[in-house]
Amino acid sequence: MESQSFYLMRNELALVGMALILLVMEIFTRPDKKNGIIPLAGILFALITVIGFLPLPEGRLFGGSFITNSMTVFMKNILNTGVLIVLFQSYSWLKREENQGKIAEYFILVISTLVGMNFMISSGDFLMMYIGLELATIPMAALAAFQKFSAKSAEAGIKLILTSALSSGILLYGISFLYGTTGSIYFEDLAGRTGSDPLQTFGLVFFVSGMAFKISLVPFHLWTADVYEGAPVNITSYLSVVSKGAAAFTLMIILFRVFSTVTGVWQPLLYTLAVATMTVGNLFAIRQDNLKRFLAFSSIAQAGFILLGIMQAGEMGMASVVYFMLIYLFTNLAAFGVVAAVSEASGKERISDYTGLYRTNPRLTLTMMLALFSLAGIPPVAGFFGKFFLFTSAGAKGYYILVLIAVLNATISLYYYLRVVKAMMIDKSETPIAAFRTPWPMRISLLICLAGIFLIGFAGFIYEYITGISFGIN
Amino acid sequence: MNILNVFVIIPVLTVLSIMLVKDSRSVRITAAAGMSLQLIAAAVLAILFFVQRKAGMTEEFLFQSDITWFKSLNIHYAIGVDSIAVWMICLTSLVVFAGIFASWVVEHLSREFFISLITLATGVFGFFISLDLFTMFLFYELAVIPMYLLIGIWGSGPKEYSAMKLTLMLMGGSALLVVGLLGLYFYSASAGPVTFNLLELSKISFPIGMQRFFFPFLFVGFGILGALFPLHTWSPDGHSSAPTAVSMLHAGVLMKLGGYGCLRVAMFLLPEAANEMAWIFLVLTTISVVYGAFGAIWQKDLKYINAYSSVSHCGLVLFALLMMTKTSINGAVIQMISHGLMTALFFALIGMIYGRTHSRIVPDMGGLMNVIPFLGVAYVIAGLASLGLPGLSGFVAEMTIFVGSFEHTDTFRRVITIIATLSIVITAVYILRVVGQLLLGPVRQKEYLEFPDARWYERLSVVALILPIAIIGLYPAFLSNSLTDAIGPIVARLTSLF
Repeated sequence: MESQSFYLMRNELALVGMALILLVMEIFTRPDKKNGIIPLAGILFALITVIGFLPLPEGRLFGGSFITNSMTVFMKNILNTGVLIVLFQSYSWLKREENQGKIAEYFILVISTLVGMNFMISSGDFLMMYIGLELATIPMAALAAFQKFSAKSAEAGIKLILTSALSSGILLYGISFLYGTTGSIYFEDLAGRTGSDPLQTFGLVFFVSGMAFKISLVPFHLWTADVYEGAPVNITSYLSVVSKGAAAFTLMIILFRVFSTVTGVWQPLLYTLAVATMTVGNLFAIRQDNLKRFLAFSSIAQAGFILLGIMQAGEMGMASVVYFMLIYLFTNLAAFGVVAAVSEASGKERISDYTGLYRTNPRLTLTMMLALFSLAGIPPVAGFFGKFFLFTSAGAKGYYILVLIAVLNATISLYYYLRVVKAMMIDKSETPIAAFRTPWPMRISLLICLAGIFLIGFAGFIYEYITGISFGIN
Repeated sequence: MNILNVFVIIPVLTVLSIMLVKDSRSVRITAAAGMSLQLIAAAVLAILFFVQRKAGMTEEFLFQSDITWFKSLNIHYAIGVDSIAVWMICLTSLVVFAGIFASWVVEHLSREFFISLITLATGVFGFFISLDLFTMFLFYELAVIPMYLLIGIWGSGPKEYSAMKLTLMLMGGSALLVVGLLGLYFYSASAGPVTFNLLELSKISFPIGMQRFFFPFLFVGFGILGALFPLHTWSPDGHSSAPTAVSMLHAGVLMKLGGYGCLRVAMFLLPEAANEMAWIFLVLTTISVVYGAFGAIWQKDLKYINAYSSVSHCGLVLFALLMMTKTSINGAVIQMISHGLMTALFFALIGMIYGRTHSRIVPDMGGLMNVIPFLGVAYVIAGLASLGLPGLSGFVAEMTIFVGSFEHTDTFRRVITIIATLSIVITAVYILRVVGQLLLGPVRQKEYLEFPDARWYERLSVVALILPIAIIGLYPAFLSNSLTDAIGPIVARLTSLF
């Protein structure tokens, strides 16, 4: 193996390097100068994000356990962009008194999980994928429990680690069946050998269940709302966008690569999961008052929509999933950004607290409104395009009834998104949240999100690019 | 550049300039200027269109242009108009123009109000110029956000409830549409690459099984917007809670979108299923027509009366479309235009009367003709047009519809035509009763004597709507002749089976 082929791992190596630099910085910085780490980390990460868009050759490392191609690079870029926005949004939160001692810790944990996700996406065998998954999960639990003195945050951390352990167990159990029946863990070897063997079907079901925990599909979603509510807002947005996106990408790639011959097994499986996830997510979201729980259930419902694209099992499906994730990233981060800004300024997180927000903070309200309409899939914002193409993918397979269920669910979701809009724009309140000035990093992040929400839908070439690098089962 | 793009560009520019100007007075003026420009553009379009037709351009759609948008999905921004669309664009720009002046006095968040109103109009314009069903659907959905906000923020009565009900029911309609559109899209693969293009789809004859499955999705999806019984319930609540300009635009134009979609997409593209299932929907629309009229009798609130009357009149549009003769479809289109004008006029007048009396309950008022003669006379004219008095547009439309429907020789269609004609009588009852109670008789309350008659902007709004009503009524030949080139191919495709 030539040393330059390590260049294929550019993104991962850069991230690890950054984590090490921050670790060293942490040791050699005086306690009262710790704030300096924040801009440094921001600049380093922005650099890595930009470098990610430079061209990279395709290839494989370690005998095929690590694969780099245009699609994985693009997926990693999506995740990088998401993390960059999250870092912007956590700027003023990190500057708080209570987080003073843990600034470098925060960045190192976030980056470790990101490295794990990158390995998941690039994995060429189940071992690499599993290592990546664990690396993405365990620091995540530490992040969820970041506010050490808050009982809810600690609860979130424990819940996350316990459910993750369980799901990893299930996942490994499934993989062991596959290994037992085929004698290999490499995706390439497995691809030709998976068949209608019941043990392999068993393995497939367990594998999908394990991943379903990570993407929080119903009925594996029970941890989601509690963890989202307990974790700090920035971590919640990270969980709901980046972490979920990485897991969905990985599930899609492995289903396409490894289980290409048994689409007849996993398509009905995903069909059922999709219907359950969309419906349950939506029905529970209707009853929420805490915005973080509300967005948690909304993101569960959104995950159900993603399955529509995966089910198509072709280039079109992959393109629509990746395109949807790209839009969802900007959309959901915009929504969470507003929640974070309001929570930072006033400590309020309930929908009922948001009444009359338009009078005091019109810009934040408009951002929130556009994000919610994008989540509901209403034009001119990009969410419309993302959802429509997912429906198109499902329609291509002839799942018209599923499309109908999905679109009716989108209508239900519009109801609860409108509840928030109604509170902010229509209802009158005696004591609205007072006007406040949003810190500049937050404003930048929201502007980036808004630009994404508005432009990605109309920019047909982005979709064409994604289609060009997509692959499917042929 | 294609002149049709102007109809999207002007509203967008207007919205952007409204964001920039300072006080509410300049907001109003900007909005009015933008929409006046749009009205002029619509007139220019109509003239150009008919000049080209005269010159012998026989293509079904003129001013076509096509920009590829999502290449791998074969989605285009394709535009073009036929005579129905041209008239609809004229109608829309007129109603929006009148709507701006009718809401001249909106003070509460006036900037947001006009932005939402014009965005709503953009969706409607875009819908009528689109040839690609994806673009068409995009513009259709564009109306959702502004509609909710307009009713929710500036409405009256149970506005939150009405806004939510209207938005969700119409979204439910578009849920059905998505399925229908995807069906058309993927089944078009039998004749080359998959496409959303209306013209290419119209060349394909889809298998009957597919037509049976997807026709109800498309027809009901658009039908909800056209107040198809029993899915019309959003209309009375929505229209009565909405602020004046939105009621005008919604009842006047958006409900026509439903009729236009039913004709252009559902029936035109899936003709065999349309013929097979016409009887089901004919029964439903007949119920709409008669039930809507009866509903209007029982109401005391002026807006509810007009909303139920809209259900009845829009039911008549769908009814006439489903009769599928040249005459009846011609009548349906004239009815769309005529109802669009007079219902907009009604809502404008109701808004103006409410602005003075602060009541919309008919029995509480009386003798208004003595104090506000201009508005009173305008109300009478609108009423007479609505009940089908010869010389006004309503007569032309309803006459054509019923003559066209009676051309059928089978008993079923003749019987329901007779039932539907009952609505004319019932309409006369509720219109004349309102005119009598509201306008005539002694002045009921003392403070009425101090009411000012119509202001200049109100007069402008009212006159802009009355003129075309009278012109269509007196000289309908031009309108109905101009429609034949669009209706010919549709009817040919619908009846080619016999």
